[in-house]
Amino acid sequence: MDHESNGEADVDAPIVEPDVLEEALTSAMGTGAEFAEVFVEDRRSISALFDDGRVEELTSGRDRGAGLRVVVGDTTGFAHTADLSPAGLRVAAEAAASAARGGGGSVREVALGAVSGPSPGPVEIMPGEVSKARKVALLERADSAARGSDGAITQVAVRYADSHRRIQVANSDGLLAGDRQVRTLFSVSCVASGDVGMQTGRESIGHTVGFEVFDSVVVEDLARRAAGRALLKLDAVPAPSGEMPVVIGPGGGGVLFHEACGHGLEADLVAKSASVFAGRRGEVVAAPIVTLIDDGTMPGEWGRYAIDDEGRPAQRNVLIKDGVLTDYMWDHLRARREGRPSSGNGRRQGYRHLPMVRMTNTYLGSGDADPDEIIAGTDHGVYVAQLGGGQVNTATGDFVFGMTEAYMIEDGRLTNPIRDGNLIGNGPQTLLDIDAIAGDFAMGSPGTCGKDGQGVPVGDGTPTLRVTRLTVGGTAA
Amino acid sequence: MGELLDLAERVVGLAEGSEQLEVVVVHEHETEVRAYEGEVESLTVAESRGVGVRVVSGNRQGFAYTGTLDEAAVGEALAEARDNLSFATPDEYCGVAEPDGVEPADMDLFRASLADYPTEAKVAMALELERLTRAADERISGIESAEYSDSITESAVATTTGIRATGRETGCFLSAYALAEQDGETQTGFGFSLGRDPADLDMSTAADDAAERATRMLGAVKPPSGRLTVVLDPWVSAQFLGIVGGTLSAEMVQKGRSLFADRLGDEVAAPGVTLIDDPTDARAFTASSTDGEGLATRRNLLIEGGRLDRFVHNSQTARRAGTVSTGSAVRGYSSTPGVGVRAVSLLPGQLSQAELVAGIDDGLLIQGVSGLHSGVNPVSGDFSTGAEGLRIRGGELAEPVREFTIASTIQRMLLDMEAIGSDLQWLPMKAAGVTLVIGELTISGT
Repeated sequence: MDHESNGEADVDAPIVEPDVLEEALTSAMGTGAEFAEVFVEDRRSISALFDDGRVEELTSGRDRGAGLRVVVGDTTGFAHTADLSPAGLRVAAEAAASAARGGGGSVREVALGAVSGPSPGPVEIMPGEVSKARKVALLERADSAARGSDGAITQVAVRYADSHRRIQVANSDGLLAGDRQVRTLFSVSCVASGDVGMQTGRESIGHTVGFEVFDSVVVEDLARRAAGRALLKLDAVPAPSGEMPVVIGPGGGGVLFHEACGHGLEADLVAKSASVFAGRRGEVVAAPIVTLIDDGTMPGEWGRYAIDDEGRPAQRNVLIKDGVLTDYMWDHLRARREGRPSSGNGRRQGYRHLPMVRMTNTYLGSGDADPDEIIAGTDHGVYVAQLGGGQVNTATGDFVFGMTEAYMIEDGRLTNPIRDGNLIGNGPQTLLDIDAIAGDFAMGSPGTCGKDGQGVPVGDGTPTLRVTRLTVGGTAA
Repeated sequence: MGELLDLAERVVGLAEGSEQLEVVVVHEHETEVRAYEGEVESLTVAESRGVGVRVVSGNRQGFAYTGTLDEAAVGEALAEARDNLSFATPDEYCGVAEPDGVEPADMDLFRASLADYPTEAKVAMALELERLTRAADERISGIESAEYSDSITESAVATTTGIRATGRETGCFLSAYALAEQDGETQTGFGFSLGRDPADLDMSTAADDAAERATRMLGAVKPPSGRLTVVLDPWVSAQFLGIVGGTLSAEMVQKGRSLFADRLGDEVAAPGVTLIDDPTDARAFTASSTDGEGLATRRNLLIEGGRLDRFVHNSQTARRAGTVSTGSAVRGYSSTPGVGVRAVSLLPGQLSQAELVAGIDDGLLIQGVSGLHSGVNPVSGDFSTGAEGLRIRGGELAEPVREFTIASTIQRMLLDMEAIGSDLQWLPMKAAGVTLVIGELTISGT
């Protein structure tokens, strides 16, 4: 059982009564639309920042409103409002309908079904039940641990953030669904200073659970890992330049797949032929050891939810099986045009945004190689222990990702740490160039994926793997 | 606008005892039209409002925001901000801004004509942009997006210290991402046009640029690794200058995160480099007469003739440094005021891009970069990004190249700036672009 403070209603109480949603949908459909949807969101968040040796600030936020979408032919009209009264929703519904240029048709009453869909993920300790003082205390502990790890740590920023997002989705097909999504995030960023300048190190965790995450996560450990990463790089050599084998450690490598092919498998980009993977279902697109999955149901993971922002249950979708492209990811609109079900990947940043096809938790299935042997079998290359973000041009397949903790591999051994930089490759080629996957699977750090100006939380994971050839973007010969 | 200031003043009037209050209110109206295959793909009409409340008392601050102007919700935010304050560590420099007597620049950033512009005409522009882009070259196989968007933003800041500031701006933007195809290969190109109202927009430039940038990349190969003279296109140099500007924030300096912390007065760039942050230049898309704390913005010379002249401040970093704010508080309604540049530009040179290219025997013109967030570390200075562009051979643009990186450090790139073009161009970002020649960068390719 969970219970919420702040005088909020419990999760089963709707934000907006179903009869009000029905009325708004009926207004939206009044001009002959084919599809209408109302998305209601009520999001509370707290963020606490400890920086430069002190608790700098606590920020509380509240965002509450509804987005209304009306589809006529190939045109989507969209409007949103922070006014959740029947009148406010009606005005937004009419604005969306008029934006979709609905032409006169007959009035269609919308009748919603019973609330459907899976239950929200379990949360033991709701963030609202935990005092701000307890949250702030975590920050101070992390700061002390980071600074205590070495005198060369000259600056530390620690952030705690939680959010409690309730959503409701109703549409003209009669769908009515809701979810309660709780997220807790903790990050530590350190600066180390040495003779040749400053270096940075970061570590973060994020889960779709409440404060119970700190029963298993020790913030001092995160702080020491962040500090260690910055300290290590004080002795780093410039990254090499050119093509070479790249071994990616467990956890971090998910970003590579997110960029190398994840975005290219989003049905909206595929439909516009803006993806190198368009028209390639059923074909071999990767080495036969590659099985890639996007799974919005992974308990506690950062990209997890019960229903997506179009009211569809999250699913486990196999994208690539044994090297063969099995399916793309779909949202409602794109799936409807193809006469197939959505894969539960319709997401949006908030009620002010239209949903699009987005990833959830994207990961590479385990192989049977030994991680140590993968390194030992690499003569000269780079080992990336932590990846930063990345970016892809889905139409050409060219993608980059950053390395924030990496080492040279020389004669099968890890040697010097190397400085930060990007690696570049081409998605379809890189997938074919994966020649070893180990069994040491781990999820990586929580991420925010940006697309068309909208950011959504995503997770990713991989075991240790090797790509026979990627271009490392350093400055050393 | 008066309405926003009235609301801000009403909330400021709720201050208790000696506490300081700062209230920022924002109202934004946006329209976005996306065209695809001759149809409207989506039309979004959006109205966003929000209020941020900062409370300072006993040298501590607390903050809360709400995404509505509803008075009950604002009252809740005020109570939350007061509660949040009690958990902060006291800091003697904490506080809201004090009026400093600097008059806000008188700029014409608002066009009533945009507010009156009919939606049908915006839709027509998006459709026409798509048509023109597709028609620009027979190798254009499709469009990733063709879009018209605009915004009307009004804001107000009021404080218990007597600050009363308002601002309003309009902006509109056309952008096209074209796909070019030949022999089974696809390349992409981006074109845009921006202005304060639709009359400023140049549709054919946006369409032609997108088509040209996509088609000229057809047949691109991966270049060999090596060191080369590199010419950054304005779109790319603006992104680089935005990163440089970020390192000159006094907050970064005071918190020990700036490369340039102890370098005031030093030669940090080539002698011909003068870098200015000037939000009072009405040509800048990001121009604004007041900053996030309600103080007047001003022209700040950052680097003069290669010498580091100043960092930018908000009122808090200024108090800590014993100086005055440079009017450089940046924020939205959902955050406390940070410090940052708003409209950075290099003092342009005399030569066009073509003339600069003509002087280079062996080099690279970079038309696009990727992964600036993942491969550039503004604290260590390491700079590495994915890139695409054209080879320069014997002073002429030659074959297209892609799937490589360019790398150096921010410090070296400033010192290696060999020439600055005359083609200063204001872009939808916090820096203006200009063709920039960097003496040597490492190219990682085959």
